[in-house]
This record gives sequence, structure tokens and C-alpha cells, in this order.
Amino acid sequence: MTKQTDTDRRSFLKASIAAGGALVFGIGLPMRSKAAERFNLPVEPAVDFKPNAFIKIAKDGRVTVVVGQAEMGQGVLTSLPMIVADELEVEWANVSYESGPADKAFFNPAMGMQGTGGSSSVKGFFNPLRKASAQVREMLIAAAAASWNVSADVCRAENGKVINTVSGKSIVYGELLEAAAKIMPSDKPKLKDPKDFKYIGKPIKRLDSPAKVNGSAVYGIDVRVPGMLYATILRSPVIGGTVKTVDDTAAKAVKGVTHVVPLGYGVGVIADNFVNARKGRTALKVTWDDGPMAAVSSETIMRSFSDAADNKKGLQATKVGDIAAGKAAAAKSIDAVYWAPFLAHATMEPMNFTADVRADGAEVWGGVQAQMLVQGTVAKVAGVPVDKVKVNTTMLGGGFGRRFEMDYVVDATLLSKAAGKPVKVVWTREDDMQNDVYRPGTYNKMSAGIDGAGKPVFWHHRVVNDAIMARAGKAFGFILKDDQLDDSSYEGAHNLPYNFTNYQCDWVRVDTGVPVGFWRSVGSSHTGFSTECFLDELAATAGKDPLAYRLSLLEPGSRFAGVLKLAAEKAGWGTKLPAGSGRGIAVAESFGSYVAHVAEVTVGADGKVKVDRVVCAADCGQIVNPDTVTAQMESSVVYGLTAALYGEITIKDGRVVQKNFTDYKMLRMNEMPKFEMHILPSTEKHGGVGEPGTPPIAPAVVNAIFAATGKRVRSLPVKAADLARKA
Amino acid sequence: MPLIAAACVMFAVFAYSNRSDRLVRVEASTLTSGSYVNEPDPVKAKAAFNDAAKVFLSPRCANCHPGGEAPTQGDTMTPHTMEVKRGPDGRGVGELKCATCHQDINLDGDSMPPGAPDWHMPGADQKMPFQGVTAGQLCRDLKDPLKNGGRKTAKDAVQHVSTDPKVLWAWNPGNGRTTPPLSQAEFLKKMNEWVENGAACPE
Amino acid sequence: MTKLSVNRKQYETSADPSTLLLWVLRDELGLTGTKFGCGIAQCGSCTVHVDGEARRSCVTPVSAVVGKEVTTIEGLSPDSSHPLQKAWIETDAPQCGYCQSGQIMAAAVLLKNKPQPTDADIDQAMTGIICRCGTYNRIRSAIKLAAKNGGK
Repeated sequence: MTKQTDTDRRSFLKASIAAGGALVFGIGLPMRSKAAERFNLPVEPAVDFKPNAFIKIAKDGRVTVVVGQAEMGQGVLTSLPMIVADELEVEWANVSYESGPADKAFFNPAMGMQGTGGSSSVKGFFNPLRKASAQVREMLIAAAAASWNVSADVCRAENGKVINTVSGKSIVYGELLEAAAKIMPSDKPKLKDPKDFKYIGKPIKRLDSPAKVNGSAVYGIDVRVPGMLYATILRSPVIGGTVKTVDDTAAKAVKGVTHVVPLGYGVGVIADNFVNARKGRTALKVTWDDGPMAAVSSETIMRSFSDAADNKKGLQATKVGDIAAGKAAAAKSIDAVYWAPFLAHATMEPMNFTADVRADGAEVWGGVQAQMLVQGTVAKVAGVPVDKVKVNTTMLGGGFGRRFEMDYVVDATLLSKAAGKPVKVVWTREDDMQNDVYRPGTYNKMSAGIDGAGKPVFWHHRVVNDAIMARAGKAFGFILKDDQLDDSSYEGAHNLPYNFTNYQCDWVRVDTGVPVGFWRSVGSSHTGFSTECFLDELAATAGKDPLAYRLSLLEPGSRFAGVLKLAAEKAGWGTKLPAGSGRGIAVAESFGSYVAHVAEVTVGADGKVKVDRVVCAADCGQIVNPDTVTAQMESSVVYGLTAALYGEITIKDGRVVQKNFTDYKMLRMNEMPKFEMHILPSTEKHGGVGEPGTPPIAPAVVNAIFAATGKRVRSLPVKAADLARKA
Repeated sequence: MPLIAAACVMFAVFAYSNRSDRLVRVEASTLTSGSYVNEPDPVKAKAAFNDAAKVFLSPRCANCHPGGEAPTQGDTMTPHTMEVKRGPDGRGVGELKCATCHQDINLDGDSMPPGAPDWHMPGADQKMPFQGVTAGQLCRDLKDPLKNGGRKTAKDAVQHVSTDPKVLWAWNPGNGRTTPPLSQAEFLKKMNEWVENGAACPE
Repeated sequence: MTKLSVNRKQYETSADPSTLLLWVLRDELGLTGTKFGCGIAQCGSCTVHVDGEARRSCVTPVSAVVGKEVTTIEGLSPDSSHPLQKAWIETDAPQCGYCQSGQIMAAAVLLKNKPQPTDADIDQAMTGIICRCGTYNRIRSAIKLAAKNGGK
């Protein structure tokens, strides 16, 4: 890359910014620190040295970390660069991020693919990034050592320069780049001693905040490409329905509408702007083949679940001992049915995607969690070679697992192909809520018993729901067989740490036809609720305090016990609360992290629940950024709390009932509890932080409601009518 | 005789504008000076008002005339979302003033906010509640200039409900919202019947 | 042609006067900082200022802002120097960031009316804006920090 080109590109960008701030992605630049542009800093550091997929160093010393993970708020654009900055020995002020392309270089070892999910970014990239950065550091040291004609052993790297410890001289990285480029990286570079970490373990501020407070951060929905058209799609109102007839006369007559494209699953309307595309869509006259889902409603689903719970054998996920023997030995038994409803993701940014399909290739832009899957999908749908598909990942206005899906990618690809132009497809909030892939509604048939001393002699949990991997797996090339376990559907119920003499977890698969997918904390999102609430019931049956009971069933030194004790201590477990208020506790492990919440709630006479305070204790193993941990735990709590108090997707005649935030309520500022975070220091391997705070919050709140009112909630969302005190 | 009658009326008006205790005891019929065609007929007036009250108490009107600080919404008359509050002047507070979301016209589409020129509620000092009140109480409030926005006569009150765009909105609320139980014409007829028969209030 | 004044710049739009302001700002003027979240004024991501008052642009026809001064997040300050923007960065308030333009614009109106807001004031002013990532407590801290540093 010559300097001339850089100057041209810089002045092009400056010009396009001056012309009213319209962001032009057509030149194919990946998303970078937009703060750089807004603050009149050099628009792009000249990329003079690119030793690997992750690191770019410029002559002026600026380091760009290329991040192949998607930023959806969980802070990867900060935590991954922190890992590089530490091992590479550069000043944080000189570090910025860039989002990486779809490339196997960004394979996430924790996911088996390039993907952002399962709370795995730090877990997956900690070691690879350290190694990659250490290699580059050693190349720079070797280059400096050679220039001084000394051994690399007497040189060290610090703050972006190599220092000759004998002579005291130093050379900045920027002057070593050409020489370093000629040095072979070692396969076993020396890693820094963790006690010398400058950034890792510290609450470093987010690199992307500046762009997110001045409107310059670009999300998929903001993408603008020269010549771009806008589109919106009318989809079958009944799940799985298809287009029967289309009368597009009125739609085509709408000013600005350029194309009407029947797609089978819906009809796309393309226009010169989003408003006209919507007008065109409103003017469409479409009849539908509703298909079999038209006979499905929440009532029929519930019946099929309860029927399966009672009569279908299912698959054994866990078997310890023998339930029948346990039942015989039990002094007291309890049975319960717990229900966790279907839930929407409701990312703040509705689904959208931009595709530019050409004869020989394609370029696409948007918020996605699995870039190479996107690349493959676009290639297949557009009929172009995979290596000719360029994927640009923008900021994600929320992911939560929704942006793993290919549906909106396919939308844009099909429409761009039809139009022969770049097309941005935008879903309305209603489209988004009604065409989600939902957190599986889960029916839990539970049975447990205690002996005379209160010890659990059996625990039998039948988890009844749809198999996520039956549909979602197909995108990864995975076919779920009928007799195959799908642990994403029951995880957390089959591996409880408690000492149950006889323990069985069955997974009973029911194919309801409702599309289900990965929702923040996946299976644990509902197994945390069912197991930790039922365990509370067992504790009450045994006449034991919920915390003491749990501790008595855990191995000493258990990481579950560690967080339970910390949360309880910090929350003042056992101290008195005023009448009408109560405390509840719950713990869950998911994605390698152990999280306990103590929730304090107040239940009004009208049954309305106010969550006053949440005390969170988390053992996430080693961590990179404690502030990220706190932020993500708090975020997971709000996500789970919204679900526990309000979340419910219902089906009527094959149609999703809920449409927008008026009937799918969200927790708002005035209902936000106080939140206290306690991180348990740990040297264990990295857990995740994006999701593990969600599973324990619903049970902590439900258990607190019991403490406050003596009433058991076994079905979410919590309903005030059930808790209202009768006069 | 007419002089005495006139004097009575003037006295009544005087007493009224002095806002003394005697206000309460002033007969309604003396306020509607010369506006009635027939002899005041309290029975007819009360019956007419009871009919008209069905409109006042219905959701389209009562939603902006709650007793408390929050407007209500929908046919279920549940508290307005997002903790929207009346505010001192009835125009909302801070970031959630009425005008933050409500326009001069209805907007088409599911759950889109309704609108009419100068959309707002009564202010905090003259709430004019249509919720949690009987027809009788409503009637008395409507005639009380301390409570009805300073309108001196029942006829003035009727003027408001026949011309204010927000009131007329109730019969053109948009998006399939239900309209009041009487048509606008029927409502006005009942209100005029009430006034013409002396504007007596139900108990 | 409808004349608009946005962030103290004059524009002309050929959009129908009934076109909702949000889409004129985003699709025509390229000011994508103001976001689309729900389209029915329930989430607040579309909040802008019109003559200094908060308005939800997803339900405001462009005709309603003729002759008025529209301010979007891009115009709140020329260089992210508004005390709220600085406080947001200082407290690491944003996560995914999509709602934050709306949050900041709402908070700006709050601080104008109440330079030293109480928790109840913050609740009243900010409950209208949904944050799906749940950064409410940090937003609250950021508002208080901005108020401490001179507010508006």
C-alpha cells in the first residue's frame, strides 16, 4: 500500500464526511472507531505492518486490533484489544479497534466457528490473542536487537517501544516495522507473566463509547451504500404460511416503488426509501396458504406439552440411581409443574440487512453473530462463489442470539439479486416481534422427595419443549435425529450440583411448529427458574432455610457454594425486611461461570411486584475487564427480570399475538432495582459473562415473592392478579 | 316584576363572581339567564344530563379527565404507559409532555398515538375529573367556574363540548377506537336539553 | 418542497409533509444517529429536540417542525463535549448503544428543566426510553455526574 493511496482514501473520507455526515460504505472499509472521524483525528492510520489477522501497526505507532467477534454491547471491541495491548506492550491511548471480515482466521475455538455466542469471546480468544501479540512483540524486539547488533535477551518491549537495557537506547515500534516484517514469528512466543498485566484485570473504559454517544456509531440499520434501494417484506401472518396470490397493481403504483418480489414466504417491496417501501407494502393484496400452524394456539401447545410430560418417554439426559427406589424411601414428596413461556429477543435494533449482489460476487453489511455462516448463506442464495462474498459486520443494536439467524440475510440477498442493485431490508418492530425465533416455551414436570432428615432422596425433572437444534442446527450443517439429545433445550437441568441420592432428568421433545432459537443463556434461561424454584419448595418442605439447604447439598469448596455465600453475606441474608418484602436466593452455572443472586422484592396489596435490590456474586474464572463483568451481569439481570415480570409470547390460530412494546412490556428506568456486584476472584479458566447473570434472576425473584407473600409462582410471567391480597 | 327578577339575576351573578359561600346555595336556574325557551323542568334536565353523562364517563373523554395525575388509555382505561403525568398545566412533564408524542391529527396504524390540535389535559388546579365521579357530581363541577375553567354559565360549558377540537376528536378517534355511546349530535342535543330545562343536576 | 432547519443547518426536502420526521432525518439527510426502535413512540430511541422540547420523531410529521429548530444527537454538541456525552463516556453507560441517542436527548431536556435532578425526577424523565441492555443504573449515574459538572 503506497502513501499516495492512503492520502487519496483519507481525502475521500474527509470529503464524504464534510458532505453532511452521510456514511458511505461503498468503498468497502470495515467499521472502525468512528470516534476517530468525529474527533478529527487521522482518519485511518496508515497500515504499514499487518503481521497477522488481528494486528495492524502504523508508522505513527497507532495499533489497530482487528476483532472478528461481533460487538452487541458485551464489550468485545474493548476486552479483546486489551488482551492484545497487554501482550504487545503498547500504550492504551494508541489502540483502536476494527471489525474483521468473515475469515477462518477469526475462528472462535470456543464455538468451533467464527461466531459470537455462548459468552465465549474472551474464553475463546484469550490464548490465541496473547500468542499472536507475543509473536509480534518478539518480531519487533528481534528487529530492534538486530539494528543494535545485540541479543534480543537484553532488549525488552514497553509502551510501544523496544528498549536496549544495556545502552538505555530505545526505538519506537513505528520505526521497526519494515525490519520486523522480515522476521519469522516464533511458534512458541514467551507470554507475559500475569502479575505484569497492565490492562487485563483492570476496569478499562470502553473504546466504543465515544461513537455511541454522538450518533456516529453505525448499526446495520444505518448502512448507506451508493445506489442503494430500501425494502420491506410482507410476511405470512400465520407461522410457516406461504404466498398464494399476489396483486401488486396498487403497490407498484405507489410513488418510489421500484420492484415487488414474491419470495414464497412473503412478498418484498423495494423502493427509493423506507417510507415508500412501507406504503407499497400496505398497498399489496396478498392471499396466503396458511398451512398447518393455523390450527395451533397456546392452548393446544400447552395440551401437547402436558400430554407429552405425562405420556411420552422422552430421552434420558441424566440418570443417577433409581427414581422408584428414591420414591419408596421418601418420607415426604412434592410434585409441581413449572411453566416458562416462549419469549422474544426484542433487540432494540429491529432486524435488517444490506446486500449488494452482483454477477460475480456480493458484498453485505449488517449486524451478525456468525460471519462465515452469513458468507456461505449469501453465496448459496446469490449463486456466487463463497470467496467472492465480503461480509461487513456493523455494530449490533442487541444480539442475544437473534443475530445468529440467516432469515434477514436471505431477505436482503434475494431482493438485491432481484433488483440488480444494493438493497437494505428493514423489519418493523411488528415484523421483528412476530417473526422471531423464540426462546422455547418449556413445560417442566417435577417431582422430588426428602427423607426424615430433610435430605433429598430423589429428584425427577422432565423438561418438555421444542428442540432448538432441530431447526437452528441446519444452518451449521447439523441434523438432529429423533432419538438424539439436544442439550441446548435442557442444559442446567441435567447437571445440577446438588447431592440428590437419586436424580433423573428427562428431555421430552415436542415439535410445536413454533420457530425456536438461541435466547440469552439458552436452556439455562428456563432451567434456572424451574430447578432453583422447585429446590426452594423442597427446602420449605424440609423446613430448612433456602441458603442453608443449598449449602448442605453442595460439596465443600464448590464454586456454587462460593457465590451463594458471597451473595448472601453481602445481601444481609437472614436480616429482617419490612412486612410485604422478602428475599430470595438462586444460583446457576452456565457457560463456565457461576452466578448467585439475592433478590429483594416488595409485593403490594394489588399484587404488583417491585424488585428493590439485586445482589449478585459471580465467579467467572479469570476475567479481562471487571467493569465489563459488572455491566454484563447487570444487563443479564435486567434481561431476565423483564422476562420474569412481563415476558410472554402467545400464539393464536398460528399467529404470534404480541406486536410491539405495548403488548410485550419492557422493564424501564423506574422499575430498575439497585444492583450490587461482587466478583469472586478466581484463577480458574475463563468463564463467560454475557449470559450467566440471566438464569438465576427469575428464581431469585420468585423465591423472594414466596418469602414476602407465602405464595408460589410456578408460571412466568409473574401475574399481579395471582399475588393480590384479597380484602 | 321584571326589575326584581333582573335584580335577582344580577344579585346571583354578583354573588357568583364574589365566590362567596352563598355560591353553593345559588339555584342553578338563575345562572342561565334568559336562555331557556320553556319553564325550567328539573326532571327533564336531570334525565337529559344522565344521558349526556354517558359520554363524559366513556373512555374517549374520561381518559384525559382522570381524578389523579396520570391520564389513562384504552377502553380499559388503564394508566398511560411510561408514567406519563398531567403536570401543572396539563401538558405533561419534561421529556414526556403530551406534545412529545401526540400530534395535531390522529396517526394511522396500530398503537399510533391519537391527536387533535393542542392535545393536553386539564391543569392540576382544575382537573375536571370524569373518573370516579357520579353524574350528579360531574354536573355540579361542570357548572362551577372554579372547577370548569372559569366558564360562567352552563351554556358556556356546552359551548366547550361542542367546539373544542379535543372533544370533537372523541367521535373521530382513529385506528378503530370506540366512540362514545351517543353520537355527537345526540350528545349535543342532550346537553342543550339540559341547559334549556334549567340545567338541574341529578343527585 | 419543505424547508427544515436541523442542527442549525438549512435543508429542503421533497418528502410529503406528512412524512414522519425520523425517516427524513435518517434516509434523506443521512443523520442516522436518531434511531428506529418501535415506530409508535413507545421506546424513545427516536427522540430529538424541537425548539428545545423533546419530540419523538417516529410519530412527528415533517410539517410539524417547519419553522422550528430541530436538534438531533449529532447536533447536541459539535465535538461530544456536552456534559451528558462526557458523563456517558466516563461512566461507561452504553452497551450496545442503540438507545443511547434517545437516552441522551431525553436527559438533556431533563437537565434543562431540572439542573439538579432527584432520583424521582430522573425516573419521571427517563422512564420513557427503553434500554434493552439494561444500563439504567449507569444512565442515572451519568445524569447525576453531568448535573454535578454543570449540566446543560
